[in-house]
Amino acid sequence: MAGNRLLYIGAITAIAFETLFTFASPLVIRETIDSIIGDKLFSDWSILQSLSQLIGAPTITQQTIWACALILVILSLFRGIFTYLNGRWSAKASESIARNMRDELYLHLQSVPVKFYSEWKIGDLIQRCTSDVETVRKFLSIQVVQVGKSLLMLAIIIPILVSLNAKMALVSMVTIPLILTFAVLFFLKIKSVFQIADESEGFMSAVLQENLTGIRVVRAFARQDFEMDKFDERNTAYRDNVYRLIKILGTYWGLSDLLIYSQTGLVLVVGTYWTIDGQLTLGTLVAFVSYVEFLLWPIRQTGRTLTDLGKAFVSLDRIRKILNESLEDMSGWSDETTKISGNIEFKNTGFRYDEKTPVLEDISFNINSGDTVVIVGPTGSGKSTLANLLPRLWDYTNGSVLIDGRELNTIGRKYIRQQIGIVLQEPFLYSKSLIDNIRLGKITNPGESEIFEASRIAAIHEEIETFEKGYETLVGERGVTLSGGQKQRIAIARAIIQDPPILIFDDSLSALDTETETRIREALISRKGKRTTIVIAHRLTTAVNADMVIVLENGQVSQSGKHEQLIRMDGLYKRLWTMQTLPVQVINDNQQSRSQN
Amino acid sequence: MNMNTKQNFQEIDFNKQLDSRTWSKVLSFAKIYKKTMILLGLFMMFVAAVDIVMPLMTRHAIDHFITPQNYDGLMGFGLLYLAIGMFQALNVAVFIMLAGKVETGVSYNIRKAGFSKLQELSYSYYDHTPVGWLMARMTSDTAKLSEIIAWGLVDLVWGFTLMTGIAIVMLIMNLKLALIVLSVVPLLAWISKKFQVLILKSYREVRKTNSKITASFNEGIMGAVTSKTLVREDANLFEFEKLTGKMFASSFRAAVQSAIFLPLVQIFSMIGTALAIWFGGSGVIAGDISYGMLVMFLSYAAFFFIPIQELARVFAELQNAQAAAERIITLIETKPEIVDAEGIGSPPLQELKGKICFENVNFEYKKGQSILKDFNLDVEPGSSIALVGETGGGKTSIISLICRFYEPTSGSILIDDLDYRNYPLQWLQSNFGVVLQTPHLFSGTIIENIRYGKLDATDDEIISAAQAVKADAFIQSLPDKYDTEVSEGGTNLSTGQKQLISLARAIIANPSILIMDEATSSVDTETERSIQNAIEVLVKGRTSFIIAHRLSTIRNADRILVIESGKIIESGDHDELIFKNGKYFDLYNHQYRNEKVGSLLSAKE
Repeated sequence: MAGNRLLYIGAITAIAFETLFTFASPLVIRETIDSIIGDKLFSDWSILQSLSQLIGAPTITQQTIWACALILVILSLFRGIFTYLNGRWSAKASESIARNMRDELYLHLQSVPVKFYSEWKIGDLIQRCTSDVETVRKFLSIQVVQVGKSLLMLAIIIPILVSLNAKMALVSMVTIPLILTFAVLFFLKIKSVFQIADESEGFMSAVLQENLTGIRVVRAFARQDFEMDKFDERNTAYRDNVYRLIKILGTYWGLSDLLIYSQTGLVLVVGTYWTIDGQLTLGTLVAFVSYVEFLLWPIRQTGRTLTDLGKAFVSLDRIRKILNESLEDMSGWSDETTKISGNIEFKNTGFRYDEKTPVLEDISFNINSGDTVVIVGPTGSGKSTLANLLPRLWDYTNGSVLIDGRELNTIGRKYIRQQIGIVLQEPFLYSKSLIDNIRLGKITNPGESEIFEASRIAAIHEEIETFEKGYETLVGERGVTLSGGQKQRIAIARAIIQDPPILIFDDSLSALDTETETRIREALISRKGKRTTIVIAHRLTTAVNADMVIVLENGQVSQSGKHEQLIRMDGLYKRLWTMQTLPVQVINDNQQSRSQN
Repeated sequence: MNMNTKQNFQEIDFNKQLDSRTWSKVLSFAKIYKKTMILLGLFMMFVAAVDIVMPLMTRHAIDHFITPQNYDGLMGFGLLYLAIGMFQALNVAVFIMLAGKVETGVSYNIRKAGFSKLQELSYSYYDHTPVGWLMARMTSDTAKLSEIIAWGLVDLVWGFTLMTGIAIVMLIMNLKLALIVLSVVPLLAWISKKFQVLILKSYREVRKTNSKITASFNEGIMGAVTSKTLVREDANLFEFEKLTGKMFASSFRAAVQSAIFLPLVQIFSMIGTALAIWFGGSGVIAGDISYGMLVMFLSYAAFFFIPIQELARVFAELQNAQAAAERIITLIETKPEIVDAEGIGSPPLQELKGKICFENVNFEYKKGQSILKDFNLDVEPGSSIALVGETGGGKTSIISLICRFYEPTSGSILIDDLDYRNYPLQWLQSNFGVVLQTPHLFSGTIIENIRYGKLDATDDEIISAAQAVKADAFIQSLPDKYDTEVSEGGTNLSTGQKQLISLARAIIANPSILIMDEATSSVDTETERSIQNAIEVLVKGRTSFIIAHRLSTIRNADRILVIESGKIIESGDHDELIFKNGKYFDLYNHQYRNEKVGSLLSAKE
């Protein structure tokens, strides 16, 4: 930021010099007209003579009028250099502020707790990160410089005018308060018209978007005409509202032009009168005529600048709201050189999202390193929440969880996450190639053979090979659309290559058929190395060979033990198991007799 | 078709010559504004004329009042000046309004044409074209085009008039001095053109990077949890910083190019002024030229570079907008694959009975990828047909063909014994009631969404339709009941609830042929059982097709078809197929267990 401040100071200084050189040329022209071409004596201090002395030339005479021309060109050359420096520095400052803002926002959005994402709407976040940043950037790159320039211009031009002729200076500025008030009031007044135009654009694109995403429904009901009417209504409203805004703006620019012409006309007529009078020289009049243009132009823009300033502050505020969100605490114990061994102990663990409703209550169980544990239970019983506690996506609110005997919430988040591979219910793939998606599971860059092996275990290798671009296939909007099952298996391959001491499948085998699921499980088991595996599942086939099955109901452990034990106990597990093993005909008859009742 | 659409996604090369064919097509959207545009051109000439006259006024003041030391007529001169100022203010107000009218009107016309084309285009078009791409054509490209048509005209007419006007005035006033001052113009024009193209190119790069940054933010948020579990935060940021670094570089480059360009133009125009003061000044000294003339030349020389700069910008923007124009024209000129054959006029008077017949139908989405081969099927009016089988077996294709979302590659489909290509498309489709797997609701209230099926339905009709599909109960429990707003995409309702509403929407349309594609997959077992009866009532007397994974849904169908690799491998009612102990038996067996377990697990304890 300090560097940018320096850049801005540099830019403003450059503007000051640029303005000085800009204003020098009308003075040079004035003296050329009055004292070189005309016969008026140079005043005590002459810009023309000082400048020519500066470059070591002799006094300019009518014979060497070309020197005046040369001085003008040299002046504009210097002015050009400063215009360039100003443009360069202010662009560098505003662009790097925008870059920092984007980077900061991105990092922040990656580092906030999981809770954040359920509290904010994604569209809103994106808007803040893109168009709000753009509004601020535009303001910084255009308006800040513009305002600085306008103020400097006024600060320099007014003394020049006064020193040239105080009375005439007053005449040149007489309408300025009027123009200024008009500009400010007008833009305040039409704020609402701007808003209406913006909103009707939003409505129009919403109808369009809905129509395109729902085009199949439109066709299914043959509602094309209805849709066209609906769109036409919005399209018409948008057209009319924008046209109304433009008409109002047209009136504004017309009226402000009128004020400006009145001002320049006044300068010309009064100036002419006083020149005839002998109060002004012709050169001074010409100088006034050009200066008055310089003077009026920034004032006319004031209304616009103020509107933009208001917008920029609103945007800045919206960006700050994100940046003020507190981040996940990444501190805690870690030992990057060793892996954990994977003993997990839950002791009266409880969790609630808010004060009122407990999601998990009094959960206690032990998992030994290397065991496979299956968690079953109805939807909403807290299985996923339980799984999310381990990589500290959420922190338990009661009791304790020990990993290798160490309290989980004292272990650093980064470290524990590296130790746990979790395949989520709805796996997310990055818009990269498939090979990159799998590769990024591992911190050290894995080789192709390792990647292929992982995807073989995940039973996706052969399928990937059938894609036109194989492992180089891109995921996402411009790439292929993968089925839910394919995404799950790629996420599994990604977790496998991570080779973590604890592996969690959060209902992530659900989109696969039983056969594929069995293949993946068996491949995982036969793979060397001990690994604690937690599987959240709907199918009990997974549970048969597990070291332990935990049945969750209403946030509590209702049953736990080995499969053989559980099928002998009355409870949810037994009911599930019976349902899955009953011969079909029996269920059938059962069903039919029930539906007849 | 497919390949063409894909190619359109590629950005069109920038350095193309202006293409008159494209622009004349674009201008056809402005046809009804022809008079307005002529008027607009006229007013721009007025504006330019005043701009030319103003320095003449200064000259007049100097040569008629100051030099001869004469006050007479100064008052009148002042009034004339004010009158010209008023005239110019009026011109400005009018030209802005006229240009606004053309801009908004043309974009309205383009959008309207685009939208109605989008309603016509075939399903396959939507399969290959991302919604985001279409949105960009209809919003930003359209805006860019109408802007350049209206304001480009403004700048072109003004710039040309001003330049030629000033040049003519100068040449008439003093040929030699005019030629000297104008000598810098060609070089100035050349530099302007070069830089404007360069700058626009850089901005293009900026916009491209910008959309990548937006996508990156989107991905960063969507994938945040995954990134946390993979401890990818630093790696993601590293990749993101590459993008913002690129953004910085290209924006900075564009700004630096402008920062070089502007002073260059100023220096050149100052050379013009300097030439005027050198040669003009010498002329005044020699007595050939008046003071007023000199001052006038000075103003013109200083003023001349503005129109040159503007014209260079407009030409560069025209080149840039051409890509947008081509994309829009391509969209609007896309031919729908399925259209009514010539000579198909009014729809038949009688209602459809619903007899459907596939005769040797072959179908493929892409050449060489056959989905259905020599497919035959006869469906009696009023019977219900269930389609089961693995994903990708061709069930959805069969349904898409029946709905004429696609047409057979060869062979024919007869409805009521007539090839369905002989019916008007829109009439035919209005006879189908289709309930899709992913129910799409429009924003608006629930009652409006159900009414979508029958636009003139009364509230009572709507409520009884909702009751028929057991949607009434949950709707009544909502705070605003039937007037509950459905948010975009219906996110405030569960998928199951949306499916029920879309079912009510289909039923109220009272279609001759009812099609349900996984329409009740997300309804819980309890609700499904209760709407089962309702569906039975609904399918009675109508030909209906049902695709469902849940076998309980299809048990009662008159005929069940097991589809595999585009062929019917088993056909019959539930009992027959169970008895046959074949594929259906296996499917049923397997599926039924999963369903039972699922229902146990989703039941609230």
